Amino acid sequence: MSRKLLLWLPFALVFVLFAVFWLGLKNPDDRIIASNMVGKPLPEFSARAAMPDRPGVTSADFTDGKPRLLNVFASWCVPCVREVPVLLRMQQQGVEIVGVAVHDSSPALATFLAQNGNPYDRIGLDEGGRAQIEFGSSGVPETFVVDGKGRIVHQHIGVVTEQDVPQLLGMLGKAQ
Amino acid sequence: MRRLAALALLIAAPLPAQAQDYAEVALPDPAQEAQASRLMDTIRCVVCQGQPISGSNADLAGDMRRIVRERIAAGDTPDEVRAWLISKYGDWVSFKPQVKPATLPLWLIPLVALVLGIWLVSRRLRRHH
Repeated sequence: MSRKLLLWLPFALVFVLFAVFWLGLKNPDDRIIASNMVGKPLPEFSARAAMPDRPGVTSADFTDGKPRLLNVFASWCVPCVREVPVLLRMQQQGVEIVGVAVHDSSPALATFLAQNGNPYDRIGLDEGGRAQIEFGSSGVPETFVVDGKGRIVHQHIGVVTEQDVPQLLGMLGKAQ
Repeated sequence: MRRLAALALLIAAPLPAQAQDYAEVALPDPAQEAQASRLMDTIRCVVCQGQPISGSNADLAGDMRRIVRERIAAGDTPDEVRAWLISKYGDWVSFKPQVKPATLPLWLIPLVALVLGIWLVSRRLRRHH
């Protein structure tokens, strides 16, 4: 009896395997791609100034001992509008926020900032998504916590909401 | 064929004067372009997941194609470019599984299954003779 069962075992295994394949096809893999750069130094990049009244962004700006938020956003990004009020409140609490605008233009950004407010101390235009790829970012909005030595300590994927603020503030406090 | 080549040259000739956008334009060196496109077929788009960057319309896929072509043109090997992208997005970005301790089962299970199968079949065959 047990011999017969053993003979069926390979068929059962193949059946299970195909069931797994079939389930995989039914539920396509659509996951959030976390950056592989968390825990590593911010890679070298530079994004030229997007606005006449604010400087652009380079990796050298992050090594002066002050932890910062690095916000990857775009004026064409609809959900990005929702996080601006939250970012503005964090700015009022003394958080320095650096913006990198992906696939954007100065006029479009000017409109976006006039309509929603400007939580950024610096805004860089990321042409050709070069900085975004350097960060290992796969979309907008994404927010990185960068410590005072220029190391990426955290990646927040998606809109920053009120609920995320305590965690981010805590990390900024720790990330000296 | 000759005429076709001449025509292609005529069309392509005015282009090098302008800056090329390698997101959509092939590299001038066919060998390098072949390397780049083989690589781009095995790099996963992080926006429209499941598609390689070679066949994706997403902006970010175009950005990646541009960087891939630029790096190949600058003399990087496809493996170096792949490793660079993995350093940014993790193993997930490559369709080609790496050989490392965590992926050993992936490479060994087919071999083990084959050996086991041959052993089972040979045992049965021997019994019949």
